[in-house]
Amino acid sequence: MAELLQFAFSGLTVGAIYALVALGFTLIHNASDIINFAQGEFVMLGGMTTVFMATAGIPLPLAMLIAIVVTTGVGLALHRFAIEPARGASPVALIMITIGASVFLRGVAQIVFDKRFHSLPPLFGADPIQFGGAAILPQSLVVLAGAAVIVALLWLFVERTLLGKAVIATAANRLAARLIGVDTRRIVDFSFAVSAAIGAIAGILITPIALTSYDVGTLLALKGFAAAMLGGIGSPLGAVVGGLLIGMIEALCAGYVSSSYKDAAAFLIILVVLIAMPQGLFGRVKVERV
Amino acid sequence: MNLRALIETRLLPAILVAAIVIILPMFFPSGYYYRIGALVFIFALAVVGLNLLMGFAGQVSLGHAGFLGIGAYSVAIGPTHFGAPSWLCLFAGAILSGAVAFAVGRPILKLKGHYLAIATLGFGLLIAIVLNNEAAWTGGPDGMNVPALTLFGWRVHGSDAWYWIAGATFVGGFLLALNLMESPTGRALQAIHDSEIAARVLGIDVARKKLTVFIISAMYASVAGSFLALFNGLVTPDVAGFLGSIELVAMVVLGGMGSIFGSLVGAAVLVVLPQVLTIFQEYEQALLGLIVMIFMIFLRQGIVPSVTAALAGWRKC
Amino acid sequence: MRAVQHFTATAVIGLCAVLGAALPASAQIKIGAVLSVTGPASFLGDPEKKTLEIYVDEINAKGGVNGQKLQLIVYDDAGNPNNARTFATRLVEEDKIDAMVGGSTTGATLAMIPVFEDAKIPFISLAGAIQIIEPVRKWVFKTPHTDKMACEKIFADLKQRNLTTIAMISGMDAFGKSMRDQCVAVAPKAGIKIATEESYGPRDSDMTPQLTKIRNTAGVQAVVNPGFGQGPAIVTRNYSQLGIKLPFYQSHGVCSKEFIKLAGPAAEGVRLPCAALLIADKLPASDPQKPVVVNYTHTYQQKTGQAVSTFGGHAYDGLMILVQAMQRAKSADKAKVRDEIEKTKGYIGTGGIVNMSPTDHLGLNLSAFHMLEIKGGDWTLVPGT
Repeated sequence: MAELLQFAFSGLTVGAIYALVALGFTLIHNASDIINFAQGEFVMLGGMTTVFMATAGIPLPLAMLIAIVVTTGVGLALHRFAIEPARGASPVALIMITIGASVFLRGVAQIVFDKRFHSLPPLFGADPIQFGGAAILPQSLVVLAGAAVIVALLWLFVERTLLGKAVIATAANRLAARLIGVDTRRIVDFSFAVSAAIGAIAGILITPIALTSYDVGTLLALKGFAAAMLGGIGSPLGAVVGGLLIGMIEALCAGYVSSSYKDAAAFLIILVVLIAMPQGLFGRVKVERV
Repeated sequence: MNLRALIETRLLPAILVAAIVIILPMFFPSGYYYRIGALVFIFALAVVGLNLLMGFAGQVSLGHAGFLGIGAYSVAIGPTHFGAPSWLCLFAGAILSGAVAFAVGRPILKLKGHYLAIATLGFGLLIAIVLNNEAAWTGGPDGMNVPALTLFGWRVHGSDAWYWIAGATFVGGFLLALNLMESPTGRALQAIHDSEIAARVLGIDVARKKLTVFIISAMYASVAGSFLALFNGLVTPDVAGFLGSIELVAMVVLGGMGSIFGSLVGAAVLVVLPQVLTIFQEYEQALLGLIVMIFMIFLRQGIVPSVTAALAGWRKC
Repeated sequence: MRAVQHFTATAVIGLCAVLGAALPASAQIKIGAVLSVTGPASFLGDPEKKTLEIYVDEINAKGGVNGQKLQLIVYDDAGNPNNARTFATRLVEEDKIDAMVGGSTTGATLAMIPVFEDAKIPFISLAGAIQIIEPVRKWVFKTPHTDKMACEKIFADLKQRNLTTIAMISGMDAFGKSMRDQCVAVAPKAGIKIATEESYGPRDSDMTPQLTKIRNTAGVQAVVNPGFGQGPAIVTRNYSQLGIKLPFYQSHGVCSKEFIKLAGPAAEGVRLPCAALLIADKLPASDPQKPVVVNYTHTYQQKTGQAVSTFGGHAYDGLMILVQAMQRAKSADKAKVRDEIEKTKGYIGTGGIVNMSPTDHLGLNLSAFHMLEIKGGDWTLVPGT
């Protein structure tokens, strides 16, 4: 029993990481239908900037704030200088732009930061919490809490604020939104900025567990994207559930079946789920107009 | 269709491409250029196949390097573990890729948009993971040696030999793709791309056509992968990895989706550019990303269609 | 006609494409280096590149080799063997190098070996696997200890402590897998039984499931972790998180202060085989390696602001062995240099004392490794090793 609990804790830890990254995909997708492959780099920027600011002597809380602000700026710049100018392009071209952006950001990070691995001190100490014969790090719970708070905030935002409704309107039909007076460019600006901020926060919370380096973004973006799709792109709750699910599958497979195939198990399950439920777990069925 | 149209749309482009293949080596100062040329044609072959899938049929595939991997490992595992001749393993690899595409394509191609993308991505990753783990067969992360190809008793060796083989095969693949595009199947695919529902209304068996082009594109990639492995004499699991798939997609999009000439240009750009950028040392990655972004923002239909449109516009002046 | 338009477009683009011009020839000795400066092995390639650049500059400042200046040409293969092979071809055909020091990973090295063997250019590899020098190839040498040696050193220490049953948890990257294979092969002869094995992906963030299974396996007396990069640091942290008290061994892939920093207090008591470079300041004054490693440590730290790692040390050794061979041969002639490399005797480097021979293109034995233990956040030498 303790064994199963330990596997579950591992799944929650890793799953919470994926969930936080996946959340970053949903907002941009909701506002503009784009999959932003540079999302992983936002996570990287959050962690690395904090590390380098802290090493330069800036107190940790301030370093975290600076990291979030810097990353938000990068997200805005990405939209203004790379996505906006290419607004009429096909979805694949836009995805390619985000991929180019991710390569660019990685290349810049190499030069500005370095190529080594770094860590941050955990928020509530490194002593594991013992429960039922299994041990979980306090930071894992922090990551989970972070994901929960962000989902709650996103839900509140969309359901209760006018700006949130404007985002949904932009996603549903951009032309119609503009016709009713929504400044769609500002909305997409906003969604990129918030996604970047979410990514930065994810990076800061994740680094005490998973470490960070200039290229940590690639794999995280992959898993985060998979989690977002599994949960149904566009649904923040789906992103979190998708992330936790992938984490759990990986941990249980590593524990009970084979540790070398745990990633394969996760992707196999995703394939099976998508074939059975083509909109993902919580995705809205898209009505196609002819 | 009359003879003139036939020559115009199929023969002439193929002859032009063949001319490029034949004339280019006259400008090669050393064996290094033959290697670059061979790599360009090898990747261009895979890109033509992917272009059929993405550009014409409009189906995104983020796992295509998986088929590259199947082809590459066929010519490694076959001769090493079964003693079969390399050329036979090449064909076997292509057929195996086609079979895998058939098995996987049926359920996956029902998905749309980003969901199809993630499904193909997952599939590509699965292949890469299996290739990495099954070390007894595949040699694991360090890969395995690939015995050289022997054709009619002559051991194929050296960048110049592979340049001609890759070039000739590319011309063949190019011609085949052109034929496919001008055939009823090709037109059906373009109809599907424009509007799947309308195509279905016209009586086109959408699922079957999509599966057909998926299988064909898989086989193109497999042959390219086999060539790559035989050329390098070594194969590693990262040939099937996620980065490889992204590179292939980038080649399609950069060159121009739906333009078969574009496949050649896209492959050439992404093979040659890293070589050119080495003078920038540590700024290479950042520059590469920047160049890709700039290309996509300003030449958003891809290089060949954008330049064609520009030339056409200029001609009108 | 669409086709002709397309062709014209392609031709226009082709004319616009310019390949980098070939470097002009000069009376310099050209040393090529293909390193994984970016990508999954940048942990290895980055210090290697920095080391080569620092020391080529130093050698040139002192007048060069045989009166000629050295020119270092570095290409980044990003961890991709296909790229490595392309750059190797470029170094041979375009840049016309005299010798090659490089190949951060085994995959890249194996991909490049045929190119350098064909071109008859001496190639000193910086990768770990034993296949690079076994079977011995005429033009290929290497400086890093083999993973087989690391296993043997670890197993010898285990026997010393009367621990005979172990578990292994290995990274699924090339380094981890190669060392795991060697350990499995060497274990019976060393009298070690491997009770169970687990693995993890090199970029995974939590290895507690695997370690839980190891903890629950009966009879395990110690755990060995072949791997490099961030994985071992996370494994070490998880080890402590789960409260596993069994002796824990790391591999030579993490011989750098960074590992201690990343693993934190969990690294206390961990043992691993490392070259003398890591304990430069703690070596007894009589140790012949001391001047070399102290010098390298101070130079590297001063010029880069980063702590030394074994990988940079291997690059240093590769360069120095090459340069000394050129000095003995009194020329940069490839065949003569190759012969002199093979005759390297008593070269004192960061990795150990090198004695090569026609059947041994590595030249190190087990004494080149020291067993270190991490105490109080720093390295200490396990006495007698």
